Amino acid sequence: MSVTDAPPAPPVKAVIRKPSTRRRLVPYWLLLPGILWLLVFFALPMVYQASTSVQTGSLEKGFEVTWHFRTYWDALADYYPQFVRSLLYAGTATLLCLLLGYPLAYLIAFKAGRWRNLVLVLVVAPFFTSFLIRTLAWKTILADGGAVVDVLHTLHVLDVTAWLGWTENNRVLATPMAVVCGLTYNFLPFMILPLYTSLERIDGRLHEAAGDLYATPATTFRKVTLPLSMPGVVSGTLLTFIPASGDYVNAELLGSTDTKMVGSVIQSQFLRVLDYPTAAALSFILMAVVLLLVTVYIRRSGTEDLV
Amino acid sequence: MEQYEPERLSAPQLAAMRRSLRDGRGALTRRSLLRASGTAALALGGLGALSACGIPPAKREGVAAASDDHSAAEKQINFSNWTEYMDVSEDEKSRPTLDAFTRRTGIKVKYTEDINDNVEFFGKIKPQLAAGQDTGRDLVIVTDWLAARIIRLGWAQKLDHANLPHAFANLSAQFRTPDWDPGRAYSYPWTGIPTVIAYNEKATGGRKVDSVTQLLDDPRLKGKVSFLSEMRDSVGMTLLDMGKDPGSFTDADFDAAVGRMQKGVDTKQIRRFTGNDYTADLSKGDIAACVAWAGDIIQLQADNPAIKFSIPSAGYITSSDNMLVPAKARHKTNAEKLMDYYYELPVAAQLAAYINYVCPVDGVAGELAKIDESMASNTLILPDRAMAAKSRSFRSLSSEEETAYEEKFAGLIGA
Repeated sequence: MSVTDAPPAPPVKAVIRKPSTRRRLVPYWLLLPGILWLLVFFALPMVYQASTSVQTGSLEKGFEVTWHFRTYWDALADYYPQFVRSLLYAGTATLLCLLLGYPLAYLIAFKAGRWRNLVLVLVVAPFFTSFLIRTLAWKTILADGGAVVDVLHTLHVLDVTAWLGWTENNRVLATPMAVVCGLTYNFLPFMILPLYTSLERIDGRLHEAAGDLYATPATTFRKVTLPLSMPGVVSGTLLTFIPASGDYVNAELLGSTDTKMVGSVIQSQFLRVLDYPTAAALSFILMAVVLLLVTVYIRRSGTEDLV
Repeated sequence: MEQYEPERLSAPQLAAMRRSLRDGRGALTRRSLLRASGTAALALGGLGALSACGIPPAKREGVAAASDDHSAAEKQINFSNWTEYMDVSEDEKSRPTLDAFTRRTGIKVKYTEDINDNVEFFGKIKPQLAAGQDTGRDLVIVTDWLAARIIRLGWAQKLDHANLPHAFANLSAQFRTPDWDPGRAYSYPWTGIPTVIAYNEKATGGRKVDSVTQLLDDPRLKGKVSFLSEMRDSVGMTLLDMGKDPGSFTDADFDAAVGRMQKGVDTKQIRRFTGNDYTADLSKGDIAACVAWAGDIIQLQADNPAIKFSIPSAGYITSSDNMLVPAKARHKTNAEKLMDYYYELPVAAQLAAYINYVCPVDGVAGELAKIDESMASNTLILPDRAMAAKSRSFRSLSSEEETAYEEKFAGLIGA
């Protein structure tokens, strides 16, 4: 708009109102790309899958919506062992990630000094290799005649794990332990990074203050550091547990027939058996179970400022 | 400018704000009413949307798979193949047989190695083929059971045998009349894939393993045996071992074979069901003996002399990977020319010498001996008469059988 065209002396009111309407719309414009993305790549596939899960038919004759909700019940009845196993393995892996990741994140945040960036790069470094290659590497690490298994065998650790049902026949590969190890390794960075960010934000003077108030280091950790790092713990555990419970690569490559997780079942129902309704129903059940667990967990842990 | 600044609020104000957030949930407010009606509308709309979906029949009946052939105008072919399934020059920069084809015919070949797995590839091309659209591929190579399914669904184009003189003349008898494509109306084999028993001599203590019975029952192999996650290979080999013909078995036979393997799973005799990833385990000795694909074994033997194979006296399964032209492909005649080209003896020999699978071309021995004497005498590449006599194929399955059997087999392998 050129200066000459400008209407003479617009009323003051309009000048104030105009930007305010526009400003009110700005958030929506900013949201638009995200909303469209979600609509096309999340909402539509969800509707499509929900529909598939209540259809019946076959590849050759086509599938029709018959509101066959029994598929859900049948899927659950047939595959609940894999469901339980998925949650158990993902839960164990998440716990191990937390136990391994917390000290490391603590070290990076408070003690690493000038090596902090280097250590952080080392944490992320495995991501530069493909997920599949990293998992296959574990087959070499845990090989039957390999060093790791030899050491564990000599120390009689394998006797204990075998008694617990985690390993069998003095081997680690093709047992639950191998799958959980693989899951833990593959998802560890997802635990460390959120933990690190929330630990790093803690003001060091709080530790000093705790010391001034005669708190022992252990008490300082329990009363100051841990509560302040809870957002990191919660987001870290979620970022580990949710993808781990749907993972099938680790179970497929490191496991055996009795370690298959629900991801494998969905994959095989969808691609091999061509039973699309069961595959869709299984996906929805998994989603619902994970959502339920996560909701309970977030409510329980009481972190309002999650991130 | 108004901005939300909690610090500015007084303590009672903050408390009131928290209360309104926490306790307001139960009360019927304008917002909750709006939200409830919104949810209801969404639910109703969702139900409508759900029932509008549905997957149309995949089978295309009464619709021609053929398309306008642009072969003459467009001198090109889009060829999709598996990885490591084509000869490559020493410097790995060119593909000699394909280049020679282009030089001779002027047809450019766009060669893509985009097939890694039959079921995944089917998932990839299914949407276009089901919708009656061109997949952008003129020639694809898939394993026989998938070829059978594609032909059954009407998704393959009928071949013109006038363009396939060499293929017609040189196809070996073993591959001439599969029950899923009698007379090879739609497909020609690229390679044959014998499924044999392989073992690592170091891991078995120098003993030979030569039957499925031994795989399943020998206590010294406990936990060191693997089967293939391809149903037809594992069940087929077990059926043969039980004295049944995989070419004409019944539901009860199938169940018995799965039950026999289930026992191996329950007693922990079987360690895993594997895809191609058994090769590394076998080479390391983590797997002592397994059901294996012959082509893999030839390649493994080159690096590890402890790897041996055996042909069970009960027989073995031969499957095949087959070339076919998907429906609506634009360059069918060009694709047929390429298919025929690979049935010319010198070309077939050059390919077989590189990829080490069973060559489906008759009379190729002389040409192969010119390239490598030892390959011409390798029965895994050129089966002799005794070996060919033991070869069996898994019969083709109807759609219902396929689903039912895959379901049972999935139960066996744990998913």
